[in-house]
Amino acid sequence: MSATVPKPAASTYAIEVQDLRVDLPRRNLNVVKDVSFRLRPGEILGLIGESGSGKTTVASALLGYVRKGGEITGGSVVIDGVDVLSLDERKQRTYRGGVISYVPQDPGGSLNPVMRIGAQLDETLAYHGVGKKDERAARIGEILDEVKLPGDADFLHRCPHELSGGQQQRIAIAMAFLCRPRVVVLDEPTTGLDVTTQAYVLQMVRTLCREHKTAGVYASHDLAVVADIADEIAVMYFGRLVEFGPARAIMSGAGHPYSRGLVRVIPDPSRRRPLEAIRGRVPSLDERGEGCVFADRCDFVEARCRAAEIEPVQVGADHVVRCLRVEAVRGTSARAPVEEVTAEAGGATATGYLNVRELVASYDGHDVLHGIDLAVPKGLVTALVGESGSGKTTLARCIAGLHEEARGDIEVAGERLKFGSHRRTVDQRKAIQYIFQNATEALNPRRTVGHAIAQPLRVLENGKGERSLDERVVALLDEVSLNPYLAGRYPSQLSGGERQRVTIARALATGPSVLICDEITSALDVSVQAAILMLLKRLRAESDLTLLFVTHNLAVVRAIADRVAVLNEGRIVEEGPVEQVLDSPRDPYTRQLLHDTPALVNS
Amino acid sequence: MQIEPTAEAPVVPAPVEEAPLAPVKSLAGKGGFRELLRNTLRLREGKIGLALVLFVLAVAFLGPFFAPHDPSTVIAAPYTSPNSNALLGTDNLGRDVLSRFLHGGAVLLLLAFAATVVGVGTGTLLGLIAGYRRGFRGEFIMRSLDVVLSFPSLLLALLFLSLLGPKLWLIVLVVAASHTPYVARVVESSTLGLTGRGFVRYTEMIGLSRWRIMSGEILPNILAPLTVQFGLRLTYSIALIASLAYLGFGRPAPAVDWGMMINENQANIVASPLPVVVPIIAIAIITIGSNLLTDAFGRAGGIDLGREGEA
Repeated sequence: MSATVPKPAASTYAIEVQDLRVDLPRRNLNVVKDVSFRLRPGEILGLIGESGSGKTTVASALLGYVRKGGEITGGSVVIDGVDVLSLDERKQRTYRGGVISYVPQDPGGSLNPVMRIGAQLDETLAYHGVGKKDERAARIGEILDEVKLPGDADFLHRCPHELSGGQQQRIAIAMAFLCRPRVVVLDEPTTGLDVTTQAYVLQMVRTLCREHKTAGVYASHDLAVVADIADEIAVMYFGRLVEFGPARAIMSGAGHPYSRGLVRVIPDPSRRRPLEAIRGRVPSLDERGEGCVFADRCDFVEARCRAAEIEPVQVGADHVVRCLRVEAVRGTSARAPVEEVTAEAGGATATGYLNVRELVASYDGHDVLHGIDLAVPKGLVTALVGESGSGKTTLARCIAGLHEEARGDIEVAGERLKFGSHRRTVDQRKAIQYIFQNATEALNPRRTVGHAIAQPLRVLENGKGERSLDERVVALLDEVSLNPYLAGRYPSQLSGGERQRVTIARALATGPSVLICDEITSALDVSVQAAILMLLKRLRAESDLTLLFVTHNLAVVRAIADRVAVLNEGRIVEEGPVEQVLDSPRDPYTRQLLHDTPALVNS
Repeated sequence: MQIEPTAEAPVVPAPVEEAPLAPVKSLAGKGGFRELLRNTLRLREGKIGLALVLFVLAVAFLGPFFAPHDPSTVIAAPYTSPNSNALLGTDNLGRDVLSRFLHGGAVLLLLAFAATVVGVGTGTLLGLIAGYRRGFRGEFIMRSLDVVLSFPSLLLALLFLSLLGPKLWLIVLVVAASHTPYVARVVESSTLGLTGRGFVRYTEMIGLSRWRIMSGEILPNILAPLTVQFGLRLTYSIALIASLAYLGFGRPAPAVDWGMMINENQANIVASPLPVVVPIIAIAIITIGSNLLTDAFGRAGGIDLGREGEA
C-alpha cells in the first residue's frame, strides 16, 4: 500500500510496517497479507476490524510474535532503522517491553498473580537494564503518577488480585510505558471495562503517547472507541488492510464499503439513527474466493471486483483504499440519516404493565438496591442504565426470579410476583423470560441448539402444543434469522452473535410478554451488536413484547429504547422517555455517563 | 504474554445454502456422548489404549476355552521349565501356568468392573448432590466421605473381609466403598464450577426439577472427568482385588486368580519367574491400556465437540 505514498526520511517515523504477511503453514492458509503502514512518534493508530479480521494477529506480529502454528512469512517491521522481524529470538526479547511493548486485552492474565506490583514493575526495568535500584524506584513512582495510581509502599506491596479491573489495566499500561518504548501495541485494552473507566483509560493512553513521543497501535472492533484518540485509522478485513488514512477522513467519509459499514453500525448517543448491520459474516480462512475479500458482503459489488485482488487506490493525502468502487462509496452519506422520533414513549410518567415498588434487594444482608420504584409500560422498550455495581443487573434478576434475597412488590399485568421463580406459577414463568449477558455460558455446551430451544417448551408446556417440537424449533430459529439446520449444531460451533440469537429464540419459545435482556450485546462486536439490536426492534414491532433492556451503553439506549431509567448505587436517579432524559439530563450522574459514552465525531 | 489465536476467524464454515438439513428427528433432540467417543478413538492414545484393553479382555474371557489343561490338575513336577506340554511351565504344585493364567482373569476383571461401577456410581451421586445443593447437606456428605478417606483402602477392605469372610459381593462392596470418596470429590468440584453458569440458572428459572438439572444439565458436562475417574478407578480395583487375592482374601482354593497366582509362586520367583511375571504383565497391560484410553477421553472432552482435530 505504501507504494503509493512518497517515502520520507526514515527517522520521521517511529514504526514502519512493510508488506507484513502471516501464514498457517501446516494448514496451508494465509492469515494476513500485504499489511503496510507507518506511524510518527506520538501518534496513535486505530487498528479496526471485527473478530476474525486479523487485527490481533497483526498487533502481535509487530512484536515478532505469532500464535502456535502461525509463521511470519514476509515483510518487515522497522523501528529506528532496525527490522524487528530479522532479529534472532534473544534480541527480540530485549526489544519486547523495551523498544516495543504490548498491553493485552485481559490485564489480570498478564500480571503475575503471586508477585507484588512493585516487584513486577521493577523486574521489567531490571530486565531491560535500566539504572540502579533507586533510579528504578524513581521511574516507577513517576509512571504510577502518570497513570494516576498511588506510588506509596503500601500500594506497591499489593498483589494483582487486590486491585480492581481498571487498576490492573492501568498497571499493565504503566508497565508498557515503563521503559519509554518507541511503540506501544494495545489489544482492545478497554474491553470489559465500563464506559467511565474506559473513557479514563483512553485519555490516559493518549496523554502518555503524546508526552513520551511514543507511537501507539490500538486494536479495537469499535470505531467509536478510538474515534477520540486515534490520528490514523487502519481498517482490516480478512487479513488485508482495506483502508488506511487520517482518522477524521475515515470517520466522515470512509472509502471502503466495509469501513463505511463499521461506521454505520455504531449507535449514536446524541440522536436516533436507524441501525444498519453489515450483512453476512467474516468468512473462515479456507473460504477465500477470488478477487476482493469483501465482495460477498458488499452492496457495491460488481463483476470486476471478483476478477483479481484489489490494489490500493489513493484518495487523499496518506489515505488509501482497497476498493474499485471508492468513488461510488464516497458518494453516499457516511452515516444513516437521523430518525424522526414518533413520540409514544408513555409521557413523563408511564402507567406500567410491569410495576416495581419499594424494591430492596441484598446480597448476604448487604443492601444493593434501596427502594426501587419503576413502571415499565406495555409494548415499549425500557432501558436500565448504570455502571457496573449500580444494581441494574440485580433489579433485572429480581424481576426474572433469579434473585430471592429481596422485599417489596413486583407486579406484572396486575398480578403480584413472588421472589424466586420456583415460587411462581408456570404461566408466570412463561410470561417473563430472561436473556443472559454471556450466551456462551447460558447454553449447555453438551446440548444441541435445537435441544436448548425446545427445553422451555418441554419443561413449561410438557412438549405439548398444536405443532410438534421440531416444527416450533424451526419456526423459532427462523424468527431470529438463523438457518434451521443449525438446530443440530452445538453452541461451540456457532459464532458469538449466533449464540446470542439462539438464547433469544429460547426466550421467545414460550411466548413471553416480558423479555429481560441483561447486557446481551456487551460481549459482542459492534457490528454484531447492530444486528442483534435490529432483531430486537423487529421482534418488538411484530408483537406486543415488553422489553427491559439492561445496558451500560447510552448509545445503545438511544438506538433501541423508548424509555430509560438511570441507576446509580442502587437508586433510580432519573427516569423518563429516552429523548427527554438523554437530550436534557437533569442528574449529574446521567450527564457524566453521557459524556463518557464513546461517539463518533459528529458528521 | 498470552495472545489470542491468530485467525480469530471461526473454524467452522459459515452457513452455506446447500448444507444438508439435519435429520428432523434430531432437531429438538439430545446426544453428545457418541461424538465424545468418536473423538476419543480418533486420538492415537485412544486407539492404542482400546487395543490393549481389548487384548487383555480377550485373554481373560476367551482364554478358558483355549486352555490346554484343567487349571487345578497337577501335570508335572513343581516349577518345571516351559516345554511342549506346558508352554509356560508349571507352578508351585505342578499345575499348568498357561491354563491357570487363562482361567484366572475373567472373575478378577468382572469383580473389578462391578466394584468400579458401584463405586463411581455412588461417588457421582453423592458428589452431584454435595456440589449442587451445597450448604449443610453438601458439607455433611463431603465431611463423612473425608472420614472414609482417612483409612487406607486396603486396611478397610481387610477389616470387613476378615470380619465377614471372603464373599464375592463383599469384595465388590469394600472395593467400591474405597473409590466413592475420591470420585465424589472430583464430581463435587466439577459440579461447583457449573452451578453458577447461565445454562444451569436458566433451567432453574424455568423450573426444571433439581434431579433433572443434576442428571440432564450438569452430568453431561462432567462426563469427561468422570470417565477419566472410571478408568483410573478400574485399574485401582484390579490392583486392590488382586492384592486381596494375594493376601489370601480371594475366593477359596479350586478357583484361580491372577492375584492368587502371584501369591502362590512368589517364593520361587528367581528360579521360576513365569508363574509370577505372566499375570503381572497382564495386569500391567490392562492398566496401561485403560489409562491411555481415559487420557484420550479426557482430551477429547476438553476439545470442543465437532471441531476437527486442530493442528
